[in-house]
This record gives sequence, structure tokens and C-alpha cells, in this order.
Amino acid sequence: MNDISAAFVTALHLLVTFDQNLVEIVGLSLRVSLSAVALAVVIGLPVGAALALFKFPGRNGLIVFLNALMGLPPVVVGLVVYLLLSRAGPLGVLGLLFTPTAMIIAQAILVTPIVAALTRQVVADLWVEYSEQMRSMGAGPLSAIPALLYDARFTLVTAVLAGFGRASAEVGAVMIVGGNIDHVTRTMTTAIALEVSKGDLALALGLGIVLIGISLAINAATYTVKQRAEAAWA
Amino acid sequence: MLKLRTLAIAALMAMTLGPLAAPNAHAADKYITVASTTSTANSGLFDFLLPKFTEKTGIEVRVVAVGTGKAIKLAMNGDADVLFVHHKPSELKFVKEGFGVKRSDVMYNDFVMVGPKADPAGVKGAKMAGDGLKKIAVAKAPFASRGDNSGTNKKELELWKGAGIDPTGAENKWYSATGSGMGATLNVASGMNAYSLTDRATWLKFKNKGDLEIVLEGDPVLFNQYGIILVNPEKHKHVKKDLGQAFIDWTIGKEGQGLINEYKILGNQAFFANAQPGS
Repeated sequence: MNDISAAFVTALHLLVTFDQNLVEIVGLSLRVSLSAVALAVVIGLPVGAALALFKFPGRNGLIVFLNALMGLPPVVVGLVVYLLLSRAGPLGVLGLLFTPTAMIIAQAILVTPIVAALTRQVVADLWVEYSEQMRSMGAGPLSAIPALLYDARFTLVTAVLAGFGRASAEVGAVMIVGGNIDHVTRTMTTAIALEVSKGDLALALGLGIVLIGISLAINAATYTVKQRAEAAWA
Repeated sequence: MLKLRTLAIAALMAMTLGPLAAPNAHAADKYITVASTTSTANSGLFDFLLPKFTEKTGIEVRVVAVGTGKAIKLAMNGDADVLFVHHKPSELKFVKEGFGVKRSDVMYNDFVMVGPKADPAGVKGAKMAGDGLKKIAVAKAPFASRGDNSGTNKKELELWKGAGIDPTGAENKWYSATGSGMGATLNVASGMNAYSLTDRATWLKFKNKGDLEIVLEGDPVLFNQYGIILVNPEKHKHVKKDLGQAFIDWTIGKEGQGLINEYKILGNQAFFANAQPGS
């Protein structure tokens, strides 16, 4: 159990000394995951809302499919993105493999279904409540989308946080498409995997503690902003 | 409260959109991608070697460290400029099939068999690796294998074959193919007090040894040769031929070879340079 206590010491040491490698790795992790979440929000919110409001053949099947995609295995997404971006693959000419951009693409694919599926549920519930009122005002589904998304904004924050949690915690996809290259594509999770493979369990767990701390800080900040904003609008 | 709201939105936008717009800081630099093995990276050799090369030439070396099997696959797909691995038959095949320009010896070290200190299978008495494996099989003592088509895994399977044993069948409960890297496999071996085959450099650097120690070493068959190959620019037009060749020339040249011999882990020389002059 020495490793566990050593891990806390290591984590503290990394933080107190403001370890330059750690700062770089944390910066890249945030850059990749936040960008992926931003993409997922841009795509997922309107898609989720549209799926909640429009009726069309095959809609139920699509909803089930979207919900299932929330469980996409990161390693499979990584593999598919690798095959697409590899020099031997269809998008190979772009030369994106082993870059942060490739990692953002892979994580965006993982996160978008989560944001879209949760948005759909939230908007669908709101629509049940407001559809008659909105229809009486002459608003069809299309014009209702922005209004409902705006109305659900505080609930949707949770959907976005769920997406961020998924992105920042996964290792399978970024390991394959990023390659875990030192100073280029090494993130918190791939660094942890690397230290485990070196048998340095204390350092690995120390990094894990830092990662959890960062996640906690982001969630706390979001929660505080949300609370204040809700109070301001109440 | 309006101020707070504006501030929050602005901060959020800067955090999310900023990174998208910011180009990769390294994008403009001169760099090559090297597909290599976990042993060269995890042993710390690259951390020692590469900064010196970069300092001299201004060429950044980006290492993707995976098992030899996967590294070769990456190179075949053109996802690396240089291949630096340790399984000569596979390397020669890679060149013969036209994926690589030419293979050069770089260095060697050796594989060692590790196992529990108590040595329940009695491997320590054996001189030859094949005899050691036979004892493990007879005793049905736990053995952790890479099982990932890596250079070490290929070597291990060749050794079993040489000993006339096929341990990979499902009925052999004592044989665990972890399907993962050297370190992960050693973690498994350490956790279940199993025997395993590892390259010496990874073993020296590995920190979670637990109750394991080297139980067999020195058999000439455990020789572990590393080779370096430029990915064929005729197969993949984008291969950075000149930069890649510069790295190869440096590695098998006087400076690189000298530095490889200098690198030590806990006072032990980890790799022995053996490039042929003029190759």
C-alpha cells in the first residue's frame, strides 16, 4: 500500500513545484477535451433538439441508435479515426495523424452522441410542457428550437459536463490517434497509461489524483457560475 | 449581474474556441516521426539520445512507441518516416516487400527470463532458455506472455517452439497472454508471481518488480538485435527522406553509437552499439 501514500506525495510535489511537464500535459488535455466538447455542443445541441421536435419515419430507431452511441468504445473510435487519417487511409493526405487535431476529432465523435442524446431528452420533456402554448403563438418546431434550448440552458450544462467528463477521462482513442508522443500528443490519461507500463505506479496514481482534481475544479467552477446565473435570472 | 454573465460567456468562449483556432505549436518545426518499440522508449534511451540529435540538427524526433508488430504496421501505412524495432526476420521482410529502403543494425542487448525469487519451477538451474521453459511447462508454473505480436512476443514464441512446446492452447491455464505492452505484462507477472520474458533494458528500468528477479540469462539465443529502416519514399511520397536519413546516419554513425554505449540504467549499460561501419 506504499504506492498509494507515495502517490499523494507525488501529486502534491507535482502541484507545488508547478512541474513544467505536468503543466504542458494538463494544457494539452484541456485543449483537446474542451475543443472536442465545443464541437460536440455545436453539432449535438441542434441535432438533439431537432430529433426531439420533428416527427419523421424512422425517428424512434434513430433515437435508440443515438442513445446506443453514448456507449461507443473509445478504442473502436480511435481505430476508425486512425484508419481514416492514416497515410494509407482516405484522409491520409491531410497529415493529421499523431496531432492534437486528430485527438480532438476522435473525442468529438465520442462526445457528440452524449450531448445530442441528453439534449433530445431534455428538449422533448420541455416540448410536452410547452407545445400547446407555443403552437398557439404560431411557433412551429423549427422556431421553437432556439427558444427551448435557451429555456433548458441550465439543464443542458449538465449534458455538456457529462460530455466533458467522457472526453477528459478516455484514453483508448487519444492513445491510438495521438500516439502518446512526448511534448506533442501526450495527455493526462496517456501519461498515466505510460507510467503504469513503466511500473511507476506511484507517479501514475499521482497523475491520476491531479486529473481528478482538475475535473473537480472545472465542475465546481461550472456549478458556481450556473448557480449565480440562475439566481440572476430568477 | 450582467457583467458576470458577459465575463462567464467570454471566458467560456475563449476556453473552447481559442484552442480550436490555435495551431499546433510544433507544426512549423522540422520533425520526423519514428515508429519504435516500448523497450527503446520505456528504457529511457530515447530521452537520453534524442535531445542530443535535435540539438545538433534542429530536427525534432517524434516517437510513437508501440510493439514491434504494430510499429511495422504503422510504417507500412506510411504513418512514420523511420522504423526502429527489434525483430530481424520481420524487418528483412519489411524491406524485401518494398516498404523500407534498407535495414541497418543499430545495437543489441538481451532478453532475460524473470520469475519469482522462490523459483517454483526450478528455472535457475537451467543454462538454456529452452530448458527453462520446459521446466515451467512441466511445473505448470504461471507464465505471463506479451501475446501482442511484439518483438519480445515473437522471440518468446520462437523459444517455445524451439523447446517443442505449444503453450498457447486454452487448456494451458498457467499460460497468460496479456495482449499488452512489456510494462503491463510485467505488472501482471508481478501481480501473480509469474515467469515472463523481457528485454533487459525494460527490466532494469521497471519499478514494480515485486517478488520477481532474473532467473535465467546469458543463453546466446536470448540475443536481442535492434535495426533501423527508412520507410520507402517510393511507397509513400510524403516520407521525409532527407530528415529521416539524417537521423539514421547519426544513429549508426560515430556520435550516435558512442552515446548508445554511454547510456546506463542504475549503473548498467542498457544497449550495446553494433552498427557496421559504412553500412
